[in-house]
Amino acid sequence: MKHLLLGIARRDVRIAFQQKAELVQPIMFLLMVVTLFPLGVSPAPETLQRIGPGVIWIAAILSSLLSMDRLFREDFNDGSLEQYMLSGMPLSGVAAVKVLVHWLISFLPLLVLSPLLAMFLNLTLDMYVALIATLILGTPLLSFVGAIAVGLTVGLQRGGLLLALLLIPVFIPLLIFATSAVDSAALHLPYYSQLAIIGAMLLLAAASAPFAIAYSLKVSQN
Amino acid sequence: MWKWLHPYAKTENAYQLCLTLQPWLWGCALVCLIVGTVWGLAFAPQDYQQGDSFRIIYIHVPSAILSMSTYIAMAVAALVGMVWQWRTAYMAMIAMAPVGAVMTFIALFTGAAWGKPMWGAWWVWDARLTSELILLFLYIGVIALYGAFEDKQQGGKAAGIMALVGVVNIPIIHYSVEWWNTLHQGATISKFDSPSIAPEMLWPLLINLAGFAFFIAAVTTVRLRSEIVLREMHRPWVKRLADESGVA
Repeated sequence: MKHLLLGIARRDVRIAFQQKAELVQPIMFLLMVVTLFPLGVSPAPETLQRIGPGVIWIAAILSSLLSMDRLFREDFNDGSLEQYMLSGMPLSGVAAVKVLVHWLISFLPLLVLSPLLAMFLNLTLDMYVALIATLILGTPLLSFVGAIAVGLTVGLQRGGLLLALLLIPVFIPLLIFATSAVDSAALHLPYYSQLAIIGAMLLLAAASAPFAIAYSLKVSQN
Repeated sequence: MWKWLHPYAKTENAYQLCLTLQPWLWGCALVCLIVGTVWGLAFAPQDYQQGDSFRIIYIHVPSAILSMSTYIAMAVAALVGMVWQWRTAYMAMIAMAPVGAVMTFIALFTGAAWGKPMWGAWWVWDARLTSELILLFLYIGVIALYGAFEDKQQGGKAAGIMALVGVVNIPIIHYSVEWWNTLHQGATISKFDSPSIAPEMLWPLLINLAGFAFFIAAVTTVRLRSEIVLREMHRPWVKRLADESGVA
């Protein structure tokens, strides 16, 4: 069974690298959204430093909503999802593998790009370290929780905007804790408590979300 | 222990139950709302600080409390539907969703109307206001998800999952917002936080709270009945019902 799950992971990675445009577009979107803020709000370094963590996190959430929509869509359309269900593998395991692969291909580029974003928004080194820590802990949480709603909307023709409506309120606590961690870092205060809470939410999601995703996929497959 | 509940999994029984409960619920709602509102608005003493404008509490607080209770009731219905595979439970959940959303809206609206004279602003990013707003978003998500499905049975299940995800999130949202607020603002605006409320002010409030609860239950039974009839249009008992009332 381990073998099968690894096979699914390998297949997903290969598909992702064949569709390079879809791999690159969300991260370009994120970069452009971040670019809008200095232009729209103010290019003053202090202002950017003040709003920077929030801007990066909001951009990450928005771009994750865009890229997440296709997490299960192709498998749903070409029938692979049905085959996974019939294969006798636990669907929650398949879902967890697919979510992890999705995290690798859509959020790892964000981590790579984050020094550039931090430079654009004039973050200090302390703030950047905190930002990276929140991104590492927080973005898998986005993937896990988001995948539940993706599973629910996968059968719908116009799922994209609906997905955002469903998920944005659910992501608010993560946004609050992540930006408050970076704000604390800016003031040279400890921010372990915020990280601990994000970590706790991540563990809760990682333990329970695969089952919820499997259930929602079954509902969608009817 | 829960055996008495099981017959109501059948839509026909649930319909009949709604029909018998409905007049009682409407009656209680009407009595409580009239007594509570008239007492609260006309006879309860003035607040020494806020004068007459505190009287909006008799609408604001019941709607705010019940907006949260309704969401929890929705989540319970969704869980019941999931565990026992009851379609009626999902229908009840969907019947409650818009009612709860309207309650949330009333709470926000009356809160804004109260905030303007008291705090000098229609809206402040106070912790309670923010969590109430997010609650409204959660309601909208559930309603929108249900509306997006053509197959209403599937839609009910999907909306049920979303309601459960939301209910797990409500405490997290509540505490995160509270913490965020204290981090950002320091002292928040002190509102109606007298440690105890005078009994002659409290009684109408409690009566109105019961009135709102009965009102929500009554509207839910009406909505549940119409939901059942809509979804079970093809069943013989619905056809018979239509024949008897001379609709069809």
